[in-house]
Amino acid sequence: MSSIISHLIEWVSGFFLLAGGFLCISGGVGLLRMPDFFSRIHASGMTETLAAPMLLCGLMLQMEWSLDLVKVLMILIFILATNPTATHSMAKAALHGGLRPLVKEPGDDEKGEVSSKT
Amino acid sequence: MHYLFIAIALYAFWLLLSGHYVALLLALGGLSVLIVVFFLLRMDRVDGEPSTLRPSLKFFRYIGWLLWQVVLSNIALARRVWDPALPIRPTWGKLDTKLPLPLEKALYANSITLTPGTLTTDVRDDHLMIHCLSPEELEELRKGEMERRIKDIGV
Repeated sequence: MSSIISHLIEWVSGFFLLAGGFLCISGGVGLLRMPDFFSRIHASGMTETLAAPMLLCGLMLQMEWSLDLVKVLMILIFILATNPTATHSMAKAALHGGLRPLVKEPGDDEKGEVSSKT
Repeated sequence: MHYLFIAIALYAFWLLLSGHYVALLLALGGLSVLIVVFFLLRMDRVDGEPSTLRPSLKFFRYIGWLLWQVVLSNIALARRVWDPALPIRPTWGKLDTKLPLPLEKALYANSITLTPGTLTTDVRDDHLMIHCLSPEELEELRKGEMERRIKDIGV
């Protein structure tokens, strides 16, 4: 019975680590593909809001019950609590510095999409 | 009373992080807690309105809902990033809010920023400025489900 549970935990942990890794890569790809600073912030948000917590959850499932487990949980909470503040101040600083978001009005082109060409 | 609670919470947190239980280190930890509480006292005099968010059942229910929203919007965003056509239409617009308390407003702005795809760039008295990757997301926010849920916490 206990070996089934430990196998299950192993698989769940593996899933979390894989999904977190995939989201990290997605964040990086998004960072490269997005057209301007503000849309890039959204892409980088992916790595912070879900990828990092998923990686930490995956690690927590592999750990023994100890103080370190609580510390990793704390790191997780701090990442989630500080990320919006950092993101917001970055965006505000950019606006303050005179950078304006690239905005596409619905009538700008037929498809209404921002082209990914540089 | 309020500060006593903060001091106890801080000391428990310090014990959790340190993991050392020698008399000297315990005393040093206590000393740093006292210094922090002293700073807090002085800062609250300037700030004028020490407001705290009481951890209630409703609050944790909101956090659970918010985390689920984060997961959903991450999946949606990942799908867009990998889509060869890159289907985004960045929008920057005003989002009216009727939340009166600064704490509620801060929670609202932070929740919006935490969800990928929407980003608060400015907080004013009666509205927030939101940058998002498509007008649909702004429409979704204007429907006000998140605002209603924050109101329900009853800070």
